[in-house]
Amino acid sequence: MKEEVTAAGGGPPDAAAGAPLDRGLLLGIYRNIYATRRFELQCIELYREGFIRGYLHPYLGEEAIAAGVCAALRRSDYIVSTHRGHGHCISKGADLKRMMAEIMGRADGYCAGRGGSMHISSRKDNNLGANGIVGGGIPIATGAAMGIKVKGTDQVVVDFFSDGASNNGVFAESLNLAGVFQLPIVYVLENNHYAVSTPVECSTGCCDLAGRGPAYGVPGICVDGNDALQVYEETRRAVERARRGEGPTLIEAKTFRHGGHHINDPGLYMDAQKLAEWKARDPILLMRRVIAEEPAVAEIEARVDRELEAAVEFGKNSPEPSVEEFLAAISD
Amino acid sequence: MAELMYREALNRALFEEMERDPLVFVMGETIGERGGSYKVTEGLLKRFGPRRVLDTPIAEASFTGMAVGAALVGCRPVVEILFIDFAMLVMDQIVNQAAKYHFISGGQGRVPMVLRTQGGAGNGLAAQHSQSLEALFYHVPGLKVVMPATPGDACGLLKAAIRDDDPVIFIEHKLLYMTKGEVPDGEYLVPLGKADIKKPGRDITLITYSRMTLTCLEAAAALEKEGISVEVVDLRSLVPLDKETILESARRTGRVVVVHEAARRGGVGGDIAAMIMEEAYDDLDGPVVRIAGRNTPIPYNLNIEKVCIPSVEDVIAGVLKLV
Repeated sequence: MKEEVTAAGGGPPDAAAGAPLDRGLLLGIYRNIYATRRFELQCIELYREGFIRGYLHPYLGEEAIAAGVCAALRRSDYIVSTHRGHGHCISKGADLKRMMAEIMGRADGYCAGRGGSMHISSRKDNNLGANGIVGGGIPIATGAAMGIKVKGTDQVVVDFFSDGASNNGVFAESLNLAGVFQLPIVYVLENNHYAVSTPVECSTGCCDLAGRGPAYGVPGICVDGNDALQVYEETRRAVERARRGEGPTLIEAKTFRHGGHHINDPGLYMDAQKLAEWKARDPILLMRRVIAEEPAVAEIEARVDRELEAAVEFGKNSPEPSVEEFLAAISD
Repeated sequence: MAELMYREALNRALFEEMERDPLVFVMGETIGERGGSYKVTEGLLKRFGPRRVLDTPIAEASFTGMAVGAALVGCRPVVEILFIDFAMLVMDQIVNQAAKYHFISGGQGRVPMVLRTQGGAGNGLAAQHSQSLEALFYHVPGLKVVMPATPGDACGLLKAAIRDDDPVIFIEHKLLYMTKGEVPDGEYLVPLGKADIKKPGRDITLITYSRMTLTCLEAAAALEKEGISVEVVDLRSLVPLDKETILESARRTGRVVVVHEAARRGGVGGDIAAMIMEEAYDDLDGPVVRIAGRNTPIPYNLNIEKVCIPSVEDVIAGVLKLV
């Protein structure tokens, strides 16, 4: 049975609206936002020092989306991530040590140093991984949802992707497929306003990308992506619907990248005024206001700082992958 | 031992594997109600229901990517791409996603999926429905490539492909679907990566696969009458490649012709020829010869289509060059 199509921006009524959120949940969300922020800043530093190479796409400014979304998921639920995927990985429960080792290309990394930042995954958390192809994860996430349906479990998939990916053909195909087969999936479109350097206004003729959902029978909802609680609330409802077998949802979380596309892109093309406006609504500031009590915040921050310090040490001390073992494993 | 058509043998393999393992499911265009364009999936919908036999919209890139995702969460999807030509729409999902996942995840996950498709010329289907594109997949590390020539191999290899833990590109030939052959009763599996000497011989080795196996067997029979003993090695799998059988035969006969329908330039034959010359040079009595398709898009008109792909006469001429 298909859910009635909801117009962009209007979600279904929520019986629990206004109910106070669990304090542990709020602190957990804040932990993930803060950990991601610090992790990304640390990665940038390590990149400058030569410990990290290749492409590094910081999630700075967008942290509330991953943190809010993953707070609505179970460990057994799946996520599919993007090239800008550190925040997803952290919020789904990854160990910062093994993440850092991977991003440094070391043997103890989640992917044994073969994936790096752009391909990081942590299967213990059912994070199916980041992707170097914009839009490449959308069909995979859709298929994971199909796999769940075939297996008959009550898991749900969250697919993270960007405004840029939503202009790729597989977005249309996959939403249509998810609508046809009523798959247990939540598409989280992270609209950070830039596809590499192209502003979203120049890459699409429509303003609310969530509006594309109803065209495929998939309810579309817009949220403020810097407000982790709004993200959490809408995701929770979408996940519950998916778990009940009521099909997919498209959530567009509007946010703004704090820097260029990747570490070596200064982002000079970015709209300075808009950036300042979004930075005034930094996800960290918004979440601190919610928590209000300073001791808890300070405690979380201190713990994350220690964790991160240990992660950097762990990464630096982790051995390089063995060239001999690598070559021995190649069959021709 | 049952005599089945190639398409019936494939159908039997799908039935048996879906019966055996509830995590096997099939997906593709018009495969359910209609039973597939070549009837390979006939009867599956009735037996296994719409949860495991999915008629998809025409959205190759995404439903192939869905197979990748479903495989990652533990299923064993078999996706059908109606023509290998349409597989060009799915190259990101096959080349960048399916082929890479096991590697880039550091072994955290595998992609046990099969992409079934069919290629080849000979029916006047013109340039976008007649290609032989196996070399594209053969070139990509992380993929397995299987191209059966007989009903028995079709059945045994498809079952093995479904049980394999890596992505397998399973390429059928449109002119083989109605050919008949024996398929052993009971559980019949043909391991990937094992060539089959379809006809033993002493004087020269023909290395081939898919429909060209039949062409080579016909040529071998004709040459036998001329007193030339021809060995026909059917590779069955291109990846993994059975180098051992190839090299053993090459060393024994000293003369090798590689035959395939795909265009010669950049074809699999060139790679096999190079491998033989690198590894068995001292045992060869002459250069390894390639008999392959012309470097042209396949035309519609049957007379000019015919000359694009190797004929029995072409194979005979190639052999006579060497002996």
